[in-house]
Amino acid sequence: MANFSTNEFKPGLKVMLDGDPCSILENEYVKPGKGQAFNRVKLRNLKSGRVWERTFKSGDSLEGADVIDVELEYSYTDGEFFHFMDPVSFEQHAASADAVAETQKWLKEQEKYDVTLYNGTPITVTPPNFIELEITETDPGLKGDTAQGGSKPATLSTGAVVRVPLFISQGEAIRVDTRSGEYVSRASKT
Amino acid sequence: MTDWRPSAGRKALEARAKLLELVRSFFQARGVLEVETPLLCSAGVTDPAIEPFIVPAAGGQRYLQTSPEYPMKRLLAAGSGDIYQICKAFRAGELGRRHNPEYTILEWYRLQTNHYELIREVAELLAAVLDRQGWQIWPWQALFQQVLNIDGLGATREDLKVVAASRLDRVPDNLDHDGLLDLLFTHCIEPVIAGWGVVFVVDYPASQGALARVMVDRPFPVAARFECYVDGAELANGYWECVDPEELERRFDADNEQRKARGIETRPVDSSLLAAMRSGLPECAGVALGLDRLLALQLGQASVGSVISFDWERC
Repeated sequence: MANFSTNEFKPGLKVMLDGDPCSILENEYVKPGKGQAFNRVKLRNLKSGRVWERTFKSGDSLEGADVIDVELEYSYTDGEFFHFMDPVSFEQHAASADAVAETQKWLKEQEKYDVTLYNGTPITVTPPNFIELEITETDPGLKGDTAQGGSKPATLSTGAVVRVPLFISQGEAIRVDTRSGEYVSRASKT
Repeated sequence: MTDWRPSAGRKALEARAKLLELVRSFFQARGVLEVETPLLCSAGVTDPAIEPFIVPAAGGQRYLQTSPEYPMKRLLAAGSGDIYQICKAFRAGELGRRHNPEYTILEWYRLQTNHYELIREVAELLAAVLDRQGWQIWPWQALFQQVLNIDGLGATREDLKVVAASRLDRVPDNLDHDGLLDLLFTHCIEPVIAGWGVVFVVDYPASQGALARVMVDRPFPVAARFECYVDGAELANGYWECVDPEELERRFDADNEQRKARGIETRPVDSSLLAAMRSGLPECAGVALGLDRLLALQLGQASVGSVISFDWERC
């Protein structure tokens, strides 16, 4: 990969730092009038998700990281790996449990996910903001409770547990916001 | 595609016009003469941390000025008396929230005075522009002691590295002594003094004296240089000027030695400036102030781009 100098550091640029691929979030140029110029850089470590703040001498460079973002369709898990497919090329990608992480509870077959590939291997899997899933288990609803008020836990087909209004019953499909893990509405009829 | 529209709003344009008017009446009332000097000069500065734009020209190359200091000193040597100038200056590669490679400088010189008198005048100008009355003076060494608990003047390069490593996630490799001092100042001290309003830092280490005279009547010689910080932003840099041409020539040579050590191009020395100084630079103090930053402070803008009609990305 090419090297990038501090003056090429732009938000979104992927570089290698301490052996890990990172995405640049911010790059602040700091220079005393008569002194050494620095770049104070915020980066997200794409493996751990942690944000690092690092200072470089202006003009220093970092190696670019072979990182691309692709949209892949989830196929199945063999118990160890989670298999995704490129819907255009039909190319298969196996993601480890580490890469899938929290997204595991939102994995639905044929759904599309944003997958970050590092050297061709998935390192992060991001679910769509909203996903429709079936309720596999919840307490029977109470008649009449349609408006405000109570909620109850419901287990979804992926294993995720969300709180749903009391009138929702087992077997129904609901729309969930994956960022907050909250119930949004009943699923749209298809 | 470049956005054709200005980066500054109408309000900022008005404020700039007003600021220029205020500065001119400030100096007119004090009997300081407004001057202009060339932007394209045949010699630039040797300063190892400043890179000029170099322009092809008949008979060689010219440098877009990085500050109007040298020609203004030649005017002083020729008997101009107190002078000020509002002009553009250019520094290659300096681009960020507080930097635009082309920017506006206000620079002025007062005869028969020292940097302390000049600090007072800077404070008076700030009071007029920013409506701030209070200000404080901090010796550079006292700031290092207060914020970092080290003797910045006596510390070795190793001492500075240890302090930097204890305060920062990562210390860039291969920083020389002054580079480490700059790192500590910008990363550890600036954020602290950002809460102190108007701060004048004085008595810099001799190695960071630039063109200030060095005062040797102390355990560690310090330069009669000051920097004005407002809310942590470096706004102005001034000297009780060194008037000794031989001393200045030694510093230019030392700059070029430092350039070689850092592996960057050396720069020709401005022989006209040295000739002017040999003929006699009067006792004086001078200061350069970043007008774009002052305007940004006045308008509460975080970035100088929003007070410049067309910032670097748009021109």
